[in-house]
Amino acid sequence: MLRYIYGDSLHNFPLLRDTMFRDRADQFKNRLGWAVQVDDAGFERDEYDDCNPLYVVWENADGTHGGSMRFLPTVGQTMVNDHFGHLTDGVRIESPLIWECTRFCLAPGADRKVTAALTLGAGEVMDEFKLDHFVGVFDPRMERIYRLMGLCPDVIGRAGQGREEIGVGLWQMCKDAFAPTLAKVGIDRSTSKAWLREAFSPVAKMPLQASV
Amino acid sequence: MKSQIESFLESVQQVETLEEFQSATEDLCDILNLEHVVYHWVNSVGERFGAGTYSSEWVDRYLEKDYLRMDPVIFGCFQRFTPVNWKQLDWSSKAAKAFFLEAIEYGVGNQGYTIPIRGPKGQFALFTVNNTSSDADWDQFVDTFGRDLIIVAHEFNKKALEFEASDKVASTPALSPREAMAISYLAKGLSRAQAAQEMGISEHTLRVYIEAARHKLGALNTTHAVARALSTGVIIV
Repeated sequence: MLRYIYGDSLHNFPLLRDTMFRDRADQFKNRLGWAVQVDDAGFERDEYDDCNPLYVVWENADGTHGGSMRFLPTVGQTMVNDHFGHLTDGVRIESPLIWECTRFCLAPGADRKVTAALTLGAGEVMDEFKLDHFVGVFDPRMERIYRLMGLCPDVIGRAGQGREEIGVGLWQMCKDAFAPTLAKVGIDRSTSKAWLREAFSPVAKMPLQASV
Repeated sequence: MKSQIESFLESVQQVETLEEFQSATEDLCDILNLEHVVYHWVNSVGERFGAGTYSSEWVDRYLEKDYLRMDPVIFGCFQRFTPVNWKQLDWSSKAAKAFFLEAIEYGVGNQGYTIPIRGPKGQFALFTVNNTSSDADWDQFVDTFGRDLIIVAHEFNKKALEFEASDKVASTPALSPREAMAISYLAKGLSRAQAAQEMGISEHTLRVYIEAARHKLGALNTTHAVARALSTGVIIV
């Protein structure tokens, strides 16, 4: 299932959290060769993980991480504005209606269903919180994934060649991308909405209601 | 309605005083037919800046009881950035229930929608709209105006940040004569021991004067405080 978890609530999902940060190390350091920091526990974490971001995570049936992405509002601190200003002609991408999406990660062996589920999660976030765009840093692989998912990334600046190529772009989930994405995940919209609602309603309320 | 919100946003951008900031919250109530609109900026030690239409009795009561420490709205929004419909919050504890009922007694509506705002350098604020209505009507309202409210919330926040910035530049902090004297001696190149001797006080006392001045000047350290005092004309050497 899809989980929407703030950084300060990750401790409620220790297995999911630990496998996510390990899978990130595997993807970004080992497979993509990015200059990311991996700590002694084998976790890839950066300064933005300390900014209480919102994670959208696909949880496998056994409770481990299947794939994830990380969201932060652009009115606060973001990777794009802090480190990639040279790709946007120094323009700060800053709006309450644009969130930054980074660290799009798939667990080794994750299938297309997981990619579709994460796309769906991004779409639900966009819909629920009335956003216009996501902004992100793309490598060519990500750009291909987004195009495959019908997200039409709008790359506004690029640098580097081949494997080193990187771009900053905006993307969004259009209403008509929901149906094919839901089909790929194999669920209906109400299930998807229920996952989102579950994440943003207090857990503490449940036992009280049950006892009444 | 849309054009009213547009011209409202323009009027918020024209705001220059705290009084106008306050009237803006009242104007928004009128435009959207709401009972309350509140903007407040919270830091780790409490409220720093706010405007809104809650009765002063409720604001006093809230401060007196230190409800900031248990208000489910604050808890549900602190350090987050996703807007919250009050219904989603955890009101299950006895204290939270009592707080909610008391709020209603003081004229707060039963429905609320709060937008947490994350600004530069860890700045954090909350923008709330509040009304008395059914769940269905409130959901409809949030669905219709949610996006506009996010924009309005951030315009309020921009203004607050502007006030904060101009505050630092415009209002020159006044140092007490002893603080000014201590800083002046340091600016003239005297050591702490020499300055203390000139002033006929102990070095320890001198340090207190300097620290007080540093705090007033909003400076990072003593050197910075001396520089700030000179550049703002607080002392003349």
